[in-house]
Amino acid sequence: MRDDSDKAPSSKRDTLRAWLGQARFFTEEVYSARYRGAIARARRDEDDLFMLLVFSEMMGVPNPASYYTLELQPLLLERFHDWHTRMGMEHSPLDHFRCC
Amino acid sequence: MSAVILLLVGLGAMALGYFLYSKFIAQKIYQLDPDFKTPAHEFEDGIDYVPTNRFVLWGHHFTSVAGAAPIVGPAIAVIWGWAPAFLWVVFGTIFFAGVHDFGAIWASVRNKAKSVGALTGDVVGKRARSIFMIVIFLVLLMVNAVFAVVIAGLMMNFPSAVVPVWGAIFVALIIGQLIYRRIMSLAVVSVVGVIALYALIGIGPMVPVQMPAEVAGMSGNAIWIIILFGYAAIASLLPVWMLLQPRDYINGLQLFIGLLILYGALVLLNPTLVAPAFNDNVPAGTPSMIPLLFVTIACGAISGFHGLVSSGTTSKQLNKETDARFVGYFGAVGEGMLALAAILAATAGFATFGDWQAMYSAFGQGGVNAFVEGGAFIIHNGLGLPQATAATLLTVMAALFAGTTMDTGLRLQRYIFQEWGDIYNQQWMKKPSLATALAVGTCLLLAFGAGGANGSGGLIIWPLFGTTNQLLAGLTLLVITVMLVRLRRPMWYTLAPLCFLLVMTILALLIQLRTFWNQGNMFLLVLDIVVLMAAILVAMECAAALKRSRAEMAAQGD
Repeated sequence: MRDDSDKAPSSKRDTLRAWLGQARFFTEEVYSARYRGAIARARRDEDDLFMLLVFSEMMGVPNPASYYTLELQPLLLERFHDWHTRMGMEHSPLDHFRCC
Repeated sequence: MSAVILLLVGLGAMALGYFLYSKFIAQKIYQLDPDFKTPAHEFEDGIDYVPTNRFVLWGHHFTSVAGAAPIVGPAIAVIWGWAPAFLWVVFGTIFFAGVHDFGAIWASVRNKAKSVGALTGDVVGKRARSIFMIVIFLVLLMVNAVFAVVIAGLMMNFPSAVVPVWGAIFVALIIGQLIYRRIMSLAVVSVVGVIALYALIGIGPMVPVQMPAEVAGMSGNAIWIIILFGYAAIASLLPVWMLLQPRDYINGLQLFIGLLILYGALVLLNPTLVAPAFNDNVPAGTPSMIPLLFVTIACGAISGFHGLVSSGTTSKQLNKETDARFVGYFGAVGEGMLALAAILAATAGFATFGDWQAMYSAFGQGGVNAFVEGGAFIIHNGLGLPQATAATLLTVMAALFAGTTMDTGLRLQRYIFQEWGDIYNQQWMKKPSLATALAVGTCLLLAFGAGGANGSGGLIIWPLFGTTNQLLAGLTLLVITVMLVRLRRPMWYTLAPLCFLLVMTILALLIQLRTFWNQGNMFLLVLDIVVLMAAILVAMECAAALKRSRAEMAAQGD
């Protein structure tokens, strides 16, 4: 008996929560789906510039912040391959920095 | 004639179109396959190719294609009486627009989600692709010029809407920041945004802003046009998340609320259509109904612009091929419903036939003003909202739509200039600011060149805009037809609308050619000739492409 009374409101709360979750999913999709591409592209452009800054020293462009950017290189390694292919270079542009 | 009966007949016919005709097209002609791997899955990248829930996708597709055009076109066309506009909207939606929009998604999905422009090159030929680029450029040019003229007219005629329309832009800017910086959740922002927008609409009539009739030797109208292009140029250069995205979202909410209010008031009031079914006493200078009706109402019956949206973004996000029917065909039905509301507002929203006649005193008059005044009359009498507030509400709805279209249109036109800069190796043309300046310059030239120094006559180009839009639709239908011929399926369901459109477009262009010649308007005469040449080239491409594909099929059959 007690179990039942406990169960009813919690299942009601669950349905409400599921319903709210669904509503939230729909509003967020409605807001973002149409512009997802444009925004992701803009972000990627900014990231590409950042990659260029981080790896600039290796291409012979002096970088006053190289002390800091050097630390970032291992973190950005995963993205390195995508970046150089997107920039139109089939292989790593850096002689001493092999990628593929 | 009771407006509610006409509404029910219209909605009923469109519902039948969706449940019966589109099902037939989906099963027998396009033969949709639920197991087909759509580009959204095949090339899924989280950026452009994202499988999307079909209701969400429909919402985007619908709000992208529904702008001010399905309001302006029908509201101009009721000058010939309500029956022609009503019939063309209903039958156009069922047999033309639905098949076209749905087909554009299908054709694109079956070809790696390529745009109609690219498909024209692949399926029809390179020459057709060049024509396609020119037609797109002309459509964008005209849409920007026309909508600037429409908004400027609204600002002059309804000074109460000035504060809410510009205020809405600030609301959108704030919403954009709130969401981008994750200060508030979307649900809260939606509620706050809608309340802010409607508060502005409530305040509008208390603080009307009237542009003086003449400023520095220019008319108030002309000043508004220049301000609007200045705004659109800046807006089109901003990142999309800052203004375009939040404004589109608010516009979408406003569209559904506005349509609900208008339809609710119509049903409660059940006004009588004061306009005649067929107006046999049209004002002097009104062109012949056939063929002009079919280019005056483009959006709402069939519009080539939809093909660009269908094949540009929608096809990349389609989760299942069978969703194309709901998204494409039902998207067209949604647009038809908007056009139907415009027709009813512009024909039933007047107290007497005399009032209506005074509004439609010449061809091109009435239009969106008739929609606002008629709609406000219906909302005022049906729901008891003050007439000034109701008029402000509808003006804001129309002006915000036209504004978003201008912003997007200018952005697309800039891309075209940048692409030309790339093709012809002109570095300066590739700069966003200079490409935008070129786009704005050409639009201003058209807005003022068409209607004289005060820019008020810019609506003369409305039918010309319709013709280019229909040409674009014709090219999309051609792509679908050629694909069907190659698949050995019946082609008449797309070929018949294609032939009808081409004949009406070419006839309309010839009639307008004579009108512009008689008026001595050399600027529009030249523009008309350019569009006419494009139309004839499209017609010849159609004949050649179909002949070629049929010959190929016959050779294969042997």
